[in-house]
Amino acid sequence: MNKMISRKLTKNKDYSTTKKESNNKIKFINHSGIKYLKDIEINGSFIVIEGPDASGRSTQIQKITEKLEADGHAVVNAGLKRSDLISQGIIEAKRNFQVGRRTMALYYAADFADQLENKIVPALKAGFIVISDRYIYTLIARSSVRGINKNWLHQLHGFAIKPDLIFYLNVDPFNLIHRVFKKNKSLDYYESGSDLGLSADIFDSFIKYQLLLKKEFTMMQKKYGLIDVDGNKSIEDIYHNIQTKISGYLDQNKKNETLFR
Amino acid sequence: MEGSNNNNNNKNKNNESGILIVVEGIDGSGKSTQIHLVDRWLRSKGYDVFFTEWNSSETVREITSKGKKKARLTPMTFSLLHSTDFADRYEKNIYPLLRAGYIVLADRYIYTALARDTVRGCDQSWVRNMYSYARKPDLVFYFRIPVEIAVTRIISGRPKLKHYEAGMDLGLSKDEYESYKIFQGRIVDEYESMVSDENFIVIDGTLDIEKQQNTVRRNVLRTLKLKNQIRGNIARVSQLETNTDE
Repeated sequence: MNKMISRKLTKNKDYSTTKKESNNKIKFINHSGIKYLKDIEINGSFIVIEGPDASGRSTQIQKITEKLEADGHAVVNAGLKRSDLISQGIIEAKRNFQVGRRTMALYYAADFADQLENKIVPALKAGFIVISDRYIYTLIARSSVRGINKNWLHQLHGFAIKPDLIFYLNVDPFNLIHRVFKKNKSLDYYESGSDLGLSADIFDSFIKYQLLLKKEFTMMQKKYGLIDVDGNKSIEDIYHNIQTKISGYLDQNKKNETLFR
Repeated sequence: MEGSNNNNNNKNKNNESGILIVVEGIDGSGKSTQIHLVDRWLRSKGYDVFFTEWNSSETVREITSKGKKKARLTPMTFSLLHSTDFADRYEKNIYPLLRAGYIVLADRYIYTALARDTVRGCDQSWVRNMYSYARKPDLVFYFRIPVEIAVTRIISGRPKLKHYEAGMDLGLSKDEYESYKIFQGRIVDEYESMVSDENFIVIDGTLDIEKQQNTVRRNVLRTLKLKNQIRGNIARVSQLETNTDE
């Protein structure tokens, strides 16, 4: 049902049903992953949309969800900062400016772990298509530009499961700032990286901060297989680009599945 | 700025003039009593002392206890929340106070996480990485005690054990006390595996409180001397010494 199968096909001639099942095993980013979940079987697909604020993530997710549901797929939406266990604490900590950068990174990781185990994994197990609005890549990029050691960050988030498709909406910061103004009329303190002291001018700070984040994403692109999507294009163009890739992926899965029948 | 954390840590080591003293051991091993006495002793001698306890950050504790009450924490979220708590105390208190030359006393440190999280099923190298930024203590006292004795100390006078305290999330036994015993036993195994690699000073937790305290103070004195020679502050140490000799 996933990529591994097509690879296995060429390598392994004897593909009985039991073999096929073992290929549905949960896959973590770090091989050790979450030890007590390592025997779980995944029947769904996992799609991640990454990109800065106002890059059009939620519009795209809405359109993709509609299309998938129209085609008869069951979809679950997930995202950062949505776990009811911890997110309230994060909001408060941010508001009070009283939490250090490493503490914040761990806070977010805890919140993410809660969602991963209580929402994403059960949905994937049950055969849903899970679409995540942002993922660990945003968490890594944000902390990395704030001076936290990269290697530490990559290892910390290594327990995350490997998505099947990761789209990164890559938008030019000058373009982005106009979209932010259309949406909010003002720049968000954190999304402008104001806590970094890059510039006293919030406009400059926003541009500089977004460029730093963009650089982080470029560095992660190869390591994690992020699909770069030109986010400067129109909503329809972006959607078409993403939709084609998702359809291609799902069709490939279907083909593999029937091969095994 | 990028990837500067590890370098920073190395660079700053020389600037950290403070002393970090840690006590570790299972619940009921008597470690908190001992660190409390060290705290009183050093304060009475005019030292700048800061005491910090596991799982005590104001910001984080509320969320942790909420999750604990609902019994909905997984081993991973349990581990990450305790690590968040530690990071908060480390960034706010432990690290800056050590830089300022304080004696920091910690009731439980990263070894508690290494032991507990591993028993709960988290990958140990993952846990180790999470705490890799934390400074190595100058002294780690490990209070060794047979599980039965520690468990009896805890259970007597406590009608009910808490869910996570008893390790009920691990499904070791339906009975809380039975589960607690097995859980604590496994933590002891983890501690014991760290004794030599982490240079634990093993204290026999079955001895008299005064006897234990004497051994602890002797070790603290030796460390103070080593550090104070650099600081040229021997006068205060000899004052301390006369007191323990009594």
